Amino acid sequence: MLKLGFKSYIFKKSLWLFHFGGASCNNCDIEILDCLTPRYDVERFGMLLVGSVRHADVLLISGSINQKDKVRLLEIYKQAPKPILVVAIGACSCTGGIFAEGNVFAGPVDKIIPVDAYIPGCPPKPEAILAGIFKLLKKK
Amino acid sequence: MLKELFHFLIYPGFLFLAIAGGFLSWFDRKVTAMLQFRKGPPVLQPFFDFLKLLLVKETILPAKGSRITFLLAPVFSLFGATVAGILIFLPLLNIKTGFAGDLIVIFYLLAIPSLAFMIGAMASGNPLASVGASREMKLMMSYELTFLLVIAGIIMKANMNIGLYDILNTQKETGAFIGSISGVLLFIATVFCVQAQLGLVPFDMAEAETEINHGSFIEYSGSVYAIVKLTKYIMLFILPAFVVTVFMGGLSWEGINILWSVLKILSVVLLITLIRNTNPRVKIKQAMRYFFIWMNLLVIIAIILIIFGL
Ligand code: SF4
Repeated sequence: MLKLGFKSYIFKKSLWLFHFGGASCNNCDIEILDCLTPRYDVERFGMLLVGSVRHADVLLISGSINQKDKVRLLEIYKQAPKPILVVAIGACSCTGGIFAEGNVFAGPVDKIIPVDAYIPGCPPKPEAILAGIFKLLKKK
Repeated sequence: MLKELFHFLIYPGFLFLAIAGGFLSWFDRKVTAMLQFRKGPPVLQPFFDFLKLLLVKETILPAKGSRITFLLAPVFSLFGATVAGILIFLPLLNIKTGFAGDLIVIFYLLAIPSLAFMIGAMASGNPLASVGASREMKLMMSYELTFLLVIAGIIMKANMNIGLYDILNTQKETGAFIGSISGVLLFIATVFCVQAQLGLVPFDMAEAETEINHGSFIEYSGSVYAIVKLTKYIMLFILPAFVVTVFMGGLSWEGINILWSVLKILSVVLLITLIRNTNPRVKIKQAMRYFFIWMNLLVIIAIILIIFGL
């Protein structure tokens, strides 16, 4: 996806996050917002939370994806400007978690769109989220 | 000819404005972070953001709406901001070229970025962008009148001269305008106008991230959004520079004065950042009332004081 060294360097230096909340129990959402608080402060790595998917570089997905979310998730993914990284946060979006057997469950995120990083946990700690994003950066 | 081109493109033109604006944008973010007890982004962050948008990201055009207008609007806004910046900085740095702008030209050039953003938002065909554009329009209608009155006040203080060179010379003779009561009142009104012009809290309802998802800029992505960002950086530099020109006696680049000049610009930016970090976003109705009634009243009092020579 990103072959040229300079471009990928720039890209990693300025990741803008867009938060997609599926049918989350809200704990994962709170942990994501925790990353922006003074204690963890992701802005020191150049990460910003943006409100429009057109500005996004990373799609953070939390919560289980049910039938109705699936349509919206696909729509959001299509609307995002490429290159875009997808991070599944929490057991729900990685595997389905406690909702995996539910009758409206539409499959974990990686059955719907390609996922670049998984951050398991119910909910994952903010440290785990940061560590996950850094592993993703090193991988590229 | 070559010298003019140099002035327009490099110093104090486009390149200088963009780089200095980038650093001021970092300063703004760093101060914000420090006020919130965070560490804040690295110095080069605004440049990383800009280059990433320009080089790496894909540009998406709206399916509905006018594509050409959508693409050209940021270019026009960048053009307006740059030319206004050059016309402010030529007298400020005491460079003499053939063309010298005056306050009225600068006033109209400074309105171009907001206008262009508005047109671009309307052309994107997104309902939230239209909401943003309509708010931007109302905001413009409210602060432009105040800004025009402020400019009238400045002209009266400068013995009816409208050239920036003359205004700077008057301040050299009689002391900076901010040293008088009327000057202070005009300065307060100008700072709020600048705040509204930059679209910062409390007057950021046109691009309220939490409410209408960046409003006017919701559809911009990739290199077009990079131009929008660049315009914002430049505006963050030239508007404080304008305030310094008309109220604080301008800048000078000799010896220890360099420090003073940098401090003047930084202090105005700091003031703007502090206002933006200590206030909530107001509704557009409140903003209009604020400018139409209170700010206009303030400026009119200042003008009356000027007539009495205070
Ligand atoms: S992973 Fe756990 S904490 Fe996160 S949304 Fe699912 S149930 Fe809630």
